[in-house]
Parts: sequence; structure tokens; C-alpha cells
Amino acid sequence: MIDKRVGSPSEAVADVFDGATIMVGGFGEAGSPVELIHALIDQGATDLTVVSNNTGSGEVGLAALLKAGRVSKVVCSFPRTANSTVFPELYRAGKTKLELVPQGTLAERIRAGGAGIPAFYTATAVGTPLAEGKEQRTFDGREFILEHGLRADFALVKAKSADTHGNTIYNKTARNFGPPMAMASNVAIVQAEQIVEPGGIDPEIVVSPGIFIDRVVEVASPVHESELVAAGATYP
Amino acid sequence: MTPATASERIGRTREQMAERLAQDIADGSYVNLGIGIPELVAKYVPVGREVVYHTENGLLGMGPSPAEGSEDPELINAGKRHVTVNPGGSFFHHADSFAMIRGGHIDLCVLGALQIAANGDLANWSTGAPDAIPAVGGAMDLVAGVKKVFAITQHTTKTGEPKLVPACTYPLTGLGVIDRVYTDLAVIDITPDGFRLVELSPGVEFGYVQERTGAPLLQP
Repeated sequence: MIDKRVGSPSEAVADVFDGATIMVGGFGEAGSPVELIHALIDQGATDLTVVSNNTGSGEVGLAALLKAGRVSKVVCSFPRTANSTVFPELYRAGKTKLELVPQGTLAERIRAGGAGIPAFYTATAVGTPLAEGKEQRTFDGREFILEHGLRADFALVKAKSADTHGNTIYNKTARNFGPPMAMASNVAIVQAEQIVEPGGIDPEIVVSPGIFIDRVVEVASPVHESELVAAGATYP
Repeated sequence: MTPATASERIGRTREQMAERLAQDIADGSYVNLGIGIPELVAKYVPVGREVVYHTENGLLGMGPSPAEGSEDPELINAGKRHVTVNPGGSFFHHADSFAMIRGGHIDLCVLGALQIAANGDLANWSTGAPDAIPAVGGAMDLVAGVKKVFAITQHTTKTGEPKLVPACTYPLTGLGVIDRVYTDLAVIDITPDGFRLVELSPGVEFGYVQERTGAPLLQP
């Protein structure tokens, strides 16, 4: 029998190990799996490499994981936003390394990692500082650079609904990095507002087919990062 | 009032720059608008033209800001501001969203600029300041992949330095990627021969624009 449910966020992240690479979904607060991240802070794994579009805001969620000193490197396209102070301080102090990746290249590197593609050529960033040291090749008279697929040990993803097979649907622009990150990780962990029986989600509208998802955990009323930040909340 | 202050008021306002650019957006276009002045463009698209707005975080058919009290934290644009979705809109994940950009499916993108070179090179993501936190977002993908790229920017910096230059000194976003520039003073095309004037803003003379442009400006 297939039943990918786990009882709690802490159970879902229990086996995250020191030194793991973790993909964290979300674009700003939309799709940020705050409950899973907080469970990871409680769990204690450290020396993590985090792949995520941003670096969180305030001192909750992803920013709190950074603040707790658990992240040695971020792979990221835009590591500063409004209310984002934790990462800039760590970066300036040399405590957290940054691999800056154009947003589309980041998404495609993740997608490629999930699709068994070790590397690909792209025109993005040709001639810029982000192309330095990368193999360059001409196709049909245009220059391209080689970018490598990205994989992770774990992905933390926020969704709207999932079934016990892991079939997942998302909410509006909170979908963002969830589907490619789920594909590219060895263990894809989804927090969903509701978990239904097989058949409870119309197969025509499934976004992440269950084969890409390893664990689903119900978080019925997820917090909104912006509300926590506005309230001055910190975690733990 | 000093003459210098008076001269700073020559040309179009930000709103007027956006309004001018909007006249050049074709009916039926799929358009990505950057953050800042580009965001103003949407409200000036002439009546009767239907434009579908793409925001790279995963939405086609982006509508205006929601009424106060009906914001949804999971319905935002690339600037992380609350938006709405128009009838006919769609949501998609980031790899699909950037396949639209990098695969040449988006007709037009409108971006701000720090510097634009006479050969169309753009610098708009970093001043290269040593203490800055580097952040690039989707700018390099947009300029490399979108069919047509318009820049909208003040003609000079706050200290009066030209932003249209012989060669960019700031870190590049892309090589030869800009098609046309809309400034407070003029509309200028990037051509194989360099900057070529399309039109002057009302009340602005050619010599005034050339003086504030870092490379030769060709007559229309």
C-alpha cells in the first residue's frame, strides 16, 4: 500500500543530515514552507546548502534557519528583499557563501537535475560576470554557456492539496519552484493544507505527479511569513 | 529658481515616459514589465489593445493591484507586490515561466537601466560596489530570451552623468540586448551604427540630448 503521509513536520524532516543540500520552495513568502523550515530548525541539522530563490525575511522561516547558523551556503538568484537583513549580515561576515544564479538558470538547473540532464547550454548571462569560468560554445552563430543540473538531498515544498500517493496541486503564484524542486530531490517533502484519499484530486489537474513526491504532511492553516514579520516574530 | 533646476524639468515625467512607451505595445502582445517605471506602463496601453502581462514568478494574465483588504499573499508579482489575475489568466511553475522567457515566447519586456551602451549592451543589476549583496533575479534571462527589449530610464543619473554610454562600466546584464530606449528627453533606437534618435520629447532640442548622451546620437 502506498501512503506517503507523515504525522507532523518534525517527523517529515527527522532524517535530514548535517551537510545536506536542501531545496526550499517559495518566491518571497508565496510558497515558503515555513512550518517545515521551523521543524528543520528544531531538528538541528547543520552545515546545510540551501537552494532557494530568496533568503527569507525578518527572523522567521528561511531567514531563521540562516540566523540559527545552520546554512553554510546558499544557491540563490535574489538574496535580498525588503525586510531581509539576516543573510546580508552573514554574507558580509563571511559566514555563509553565496552562489548567485540567474533566476531562469536556477529554475532550469533544477528542472534539468530532476530530468536526468547533467548540463545544458543557455544564452542567459553570456558576456556577464556570472559567465566567468563557464564553458562557452556557439550554436547557429550565437554564444551560449554551459550550466549544470542541480540536485538535492531533500526538498521542502508548500502546496494546497495532496493525496496519499503524493499527487499535488498548488495555490496561485505559490507554485513557483515547488514542482521542479520536487523532481530534483532525493526526498521531496510536501506540506499541504489538506491531504485527501487517492481520487480526491482530479488526475487532469495534478501538477506534481506523486512519483516526484516522497512525503506529505498536513499543515491545515499555514502561517503567512509577512504577518509574522509584521508582528516582529522570531523563531525559535 | 536657478537655470540648472529649470533645465532638470525639461522633458517627460516618469508617467509621461510610461505613457509614451505604451503607445508602442502592439495589440495581442505578451509582455513582461520590470519593477519601477516599467510597472507604470500597463495603465497607459491604448484602449482597444489587449495585452497579456507575464510575471516571471508564475502568472500570465496579471491584473492590477487588488482592492485594499482583498490581498492574497500567494498572488503576487515579481516585485513581490499583491496583484490580481485577469479572466484568461494562468499559473505555472518557475521552469515553465522561464521557458516562456528563454524560449522566445514573450514578445516584449520593459526594463530599467543603469547604463545602456551604443551597441545595446545593458547594465541594470549591479553597480559593482564591493559591499553590495549581489542579486540578479530574472534580468539576465529576460534580456537574453525575450524577442524585443525596451529600456525605460532617466536620460542621466541623479548627478547628471549620461546613462547612454559608449561602453558600460558597470557589470553587464546582457550583450547587445536593448532594442529601444525611452528617456525623459527622447526615444532612441539602438542600431548597428549606434544610438539613433527616433523622436525628441516635447520642448527638447537635439543638441540638449546629444550633450547628455555619452556617445554620438544619429539624426532620425
